[in-house]
Amino acid sequence: MAIGARLTIRSQGADPRATSLLADAHALGLTQVTAIDVAEVVFFHDDLPAAHRAAIEGVLIDPLLQTATWQAPTRGIDTELLPGVTDPAAQAVALAAHTVGLPVVDVATGMHYDVQPALDAATTALLARRLLANQVIERWAPAPIAPSFIDTHATAERSVDHVAIRTLDDDALLALNKERGLSMDLAELHAVAKFYRGIDREPTDVELETLAQTWSEHCSHKTFRALITVLGENGADGATITPLLKQLRECTDSIAAPFVVSAFVGNAGIVTYHPGTTVAVKAETHNHPSAIEPFGGANTGVGGVIRDVMGTAHDPIAITDILCFGPTDVRADELPDGVLHPRLIESGVIAGVADYGNKIGLPTVAGAVIYDPGYTANPLVYAGCIGVADAAPPLPGPLPGDLVVVMGGRTGRDGLRGATFSSATMDATTGDVAGASVQIGDPIVEKLVIDAMRELHGLYTAVTDCGAGGLSSAVGEMAEGVGADVDVTLAPLKYPGLRPWEVWLSEAQERMVFAVPPAHWPAVLAVCSRHGVEAHALGTFTGDGWLRVRAADLTVLELDTHFLHDGRPQRSMVAELPTPYRGEPTLPECPDPKATLLALLAHPNIASKEHVIRRYDHEIRGATVVRPLVGEGHDGHADGVVLARPTDTHGLALGIGVNPWYGLTDPERMAHAVVDEAIRNVVAVGADPDKVSLLDNFSWGDPRRPSTLGDLVMAVQGCCDAAVANTAPFVSGKDSLNNEYLGSDGQRHAVPPTLVITAMAHVPDANFTVTPDLKQAGNVLVLVGHTLAEFGGSHFEKVGHSVGQAVVPAPDADAPARYRRLHAAMQTGRVRACHDVSEGGLAVTLAEMALAGRLGITVDTLPHEHTATALFAESNGRLVCELAPADLDWFCSELGTPATVLGTVTTGTDLLIGDIRVEAAALRTAWSGGHS
Amino acid sequence: MSAPTALVLAAPGTNRDHDVAFALELAGAAPRITLLAELLADPTVLHDAQLLVVAGGFSYADALGAGRMWSLQLTHGVGDTLRAFVAAGKPVIGICNGFQVLTRTGLLPGALGHNASGHFQCEWGRLDVPAGRCVWTQGLEPIECPIAHGEGRYVHPDPAGLAANGQVAFTYAGHNPNGSQDAIAGVCDESGVVLGLMPHPENHVVARQHPRHARGTATGLGLAVFQQGVRYARER
Repeated sequence: MAIGARLTIRSQGADPRATSLLADAHALGLTQVTAIDVAEVVFFHDDLPAAHRAAIEGVLIDPLLQTATWQAPTRGIDTELLPGVTDPAAQAVALAAHTVGLPVVDVATGMHYDVQPALDAATTALLARRLLANQVIERWAPAPIAPSFIDTHATAERSVDHVAIRTLDDDALLALNKERGLSMDLAELHAVAKFYRGIDREPTDVELETLAQTWSEHCSHKTFRALITVLGENGADGATITPLLKQLRECTDSIAAPFVVSAFVGNAGIVTYHPGTTVAVKAETHNHPSAIEPFGGANTGVGGVIRDVMGTAHDPIAITDILCFGPTDVRADELPDGVLHPRLIESGVIAGVADYGNKIGLPTVAGAVIYDPGYTANPLVYAGCIGVADAAPPLPGPLPGDLVVVMGGRTGRDGLRGATFSSATMDATTGDVAGASVQIGDPIVEKLVIDAMRELHGLYTAVTDCGAGGLSSAVGEMAEGVGADVDVTLAPLKYPGLRPWEVWLSEAQERMVFAVPPAHWPAVLAVCSRHGVEAHALGTFTGDGWLRVRAADLTVLELDTHFLHDGRPQRSMVAELPTPYRGEPTLPECPDPKATLLALLAHPNIASKEHVIRRYDHEIRGATVVRPLVGEGHDGHADGVVLARPTDTHGLALGIGVNPWYGLTDPERMAHAVVDEAIRNVVAVGADPDKVSLLDNFSWGDPRRPSTLGDLVMAVQGCCDAAVANTAPFVSGKDSLNNEYLGSDGQRHAVPPTLVITAMAHVPDANFTVTPDLKQAGNVLVLVGHTLAEFGGSHFEKVGHSVGQAVVPAPDADAPARYRRLHAAMQTGRVRACHDVSEGGLAVTLAEMALAGRLGITVDTLPHEHTATALFAESNGRLVCELAPADLDWFCSELGTPATVLGTVTTGTDLLIGDIRVEAAALRTAWSGGHS
Repeated sequence: MSAPTALVLAAPGTNRDHDVAFALELAGAAPRITLLAELLADPTVLHDAQLLVVAGGFSYADALGAGRMWSLQLTHGVGDTLRAFVAAGKPVIGICNGFQVLTRTGLLPGALGHNASGHFQCEWGRLDVPAGRCVWTQGLEPIECPIAHGEGRYVHPDPAGLAANGQVAFTYAGHNPNGSQDAIAGVCDESGVVLGLMPHPENHVVARQHPRHARGTATGLGLAVFQQGVRYARER
């Protein structure tokens, strides 16, 4: 290859990124590293004459901020993005060169790191591998690296292979399954073999891959549709139960909420709270990708869930994220093989969420961050999105004759086989072999599609997003019953050389598929052109019910869409139900309530998340009326958030409920508790409890283990009971199963049963929102709800207390009525502050209210005679409200029992509970830790 | 009197164009969001405008440094038209990414580097308004509004000279969030008609948008900046 050129760009003065890299290196055990400096590198495939070099410097270097050199360094570490990984910087260099008239084409980018000269080669290599280069997307070498460039002249063989399946025996079928990574079970393989015997030919490789994608757990939810037999006593087969997804659907149907427009259909749930407007809501997980490439995994997770909302023809308005990590202080040498350090996963995931949300221009508003050793090998990343649209009849298509139009990003080899990958258990080699399964997003491309879609109303008859499975899944779903004929050679490519199956199955991001009537095609192209969005017609929806995929005149797939979508045999599974303790609980001892409170406030699950929240733009669009950070110093955590455009009176509230620790012992009560928590969080900020829609997102272990499935069965039961009790319907959901990791130690590492509930509710008057920060000294505090000795899975236990025979908080049958009365009271504007009681119990709630309001509290009455129960039990259905003394009697009569008048708000900022005094400074130090 | 036309310029990745258009509307202007490609194709669209707004966001994904690609397009595509607009005394404001763009085009002094924290930050703060030559800030009381940026650390070879020349338009009051020299949050050009600032006054144009609104301690509407700019455009 020609001898190219490289430009190394350094910051003038200390680069802020270097400081955090050094801290990361030390946290990973590389304490020998004493200095790291960072530089950006641009590689040019061809050498540049001096004049061109000067011109490039002129456009790339800011003389006030940077210095640059064309001299390659001879020591230190170089990294580069692997060819084909999304590289906006390289694209920008090419565009910049073009703008100033330079003939620069092949560009790649990377980073250069200087370390102290004395660092030995082994430590240098470890530093590069553990911290500087994620080998899923990057390559590293001692500087100077020999850069690689994408082959822009590659050609692809247009061929189709047939795979013999019709006559294989079980062993051979399973071998084929493993060899091709199909993630099918034997019954499914038999069904495929039988289908092809019926049509008297062997499947093509493309057909087999398409079936595997469509039938994957990720795309078809086999477990949630499975026939489940519950093990009876003595292990005998017991009753069969209604499939889980059907239970959730029937539950929503039985609630018959008038505001539900569409539930469990299509890409997202759709509701209407306000005449003329509909709201789409959806949450997704991106767990497996985030485990091996945290930035890209979380980044594309956010991009994907936004496209889900776009796929319902709604305009996205906000993002949520719920993140579950291992403890960030774990020693690097204690990690299972192949597992990234939780500290790197955390920083990568947060950066990935921030990058996508901030750049696409949507506020990231609601969420949670929790830590547990169960997430060390399997971090969980949930991302949600809501969108709005003018009420309109459902889209009618695709109609026969409509064009199959792909819009947005180009297709590359990104993320091939993502759906089957996410449905498989990971092992220590996953990070090596799954390289192509993770991608980096390009939020600007997706934003431009959103902009274009605002002007495309009426010009298309159907739309869906390209997610897992890529075109195979998107076109395959749209073609169900209608049929389609597409030519993959018409898809625009990032680089040449893709084989037909790669185009068809690529999970390249930022793509949407539309059904466009030919008469509207010129208008669609005009809108796209104005916004700089690529749109290409790949074929037509035919009307004959067959899916045909061609590479020009070579047919590579021909499948009856009925078999593709309905041919998968229903899975039969066995569940062993848990038997949680629900008897009389022990009253635990608590010799030093003050120390317990401070330990709770300092626990990572309860402590301030300000350092995370501030990385996200929650202000853009100017509609975040109750933001995630509230109070006198803008540092208290709101229960939920409220979004209302400046010109609107009404708005929407979002709240989250999650508690895997309850799930470890009593999944049914856990589900009920987290539904209650999510609803409580939206009621606390002023939402109407009669207009709440719910999302369920399950992240679970391997459901083929009967006890794991039994936990899931009971969690679904809890969800349904809670939804009915609150008349709050589920409108959408998603399950991510097989969140297990087979370590090279031979042990299985599964996540705790993690159900995230999102509540999305109507706020009738955004001028009457309520926040948890205390407002005024002299006001009184009232606790509403029952306090019981419920310590199962509590954080009281997590901070080192023995709880004996403990029970997970039980459902509170009175809670829904209490929420309605509280909401009515809030509509008068007389509830000055409100905060729910959750992890850590009442004492934590009070401390958080005091800290956020920069005020103190004197408590003289406790809600339970047993002090530990009063302060630290986690019973459901409870909220603390602040009222002016004159409003106290009114409030208590409005709310009814049980209500405890706890005490008063004070100008001094200490928390005084009986004779226990906790100074404000101690509260703040515990809660904010080293972060603020 | 008719509302002055405000051209709100948006590049691929600009995302606060609608927020600032709403602020301008409240301030009495007639905003028109114009895509960069449209301006490059027909620079005369600027002739009808009385104000120019370079809106915030992540143009070109901030590749190669915030605002670099956008400023390059402007300089090479419509540099003369822009300079003529400024020379005619018509007010220009660049917010966040728009500020970064205007410094890189040379219409504003200084540069904006990575925040001292090394990452993006979103937080509310108070901005003091030093007396000076900026037409957008004459008579303004301190305002409160959010920042939302990763590259907002203001750097200038002679910040004291800039202040002495009346070109420092906003400073962060109290907490300096990004390590800017002399806590500079916004500057204007020598003529005073071109203003750039990192914070987002367009996100505090109604009282309910303030995080302490529920506490009754919200002050400092950012709307005042746009009202002053619109007033200037109308009266000049």
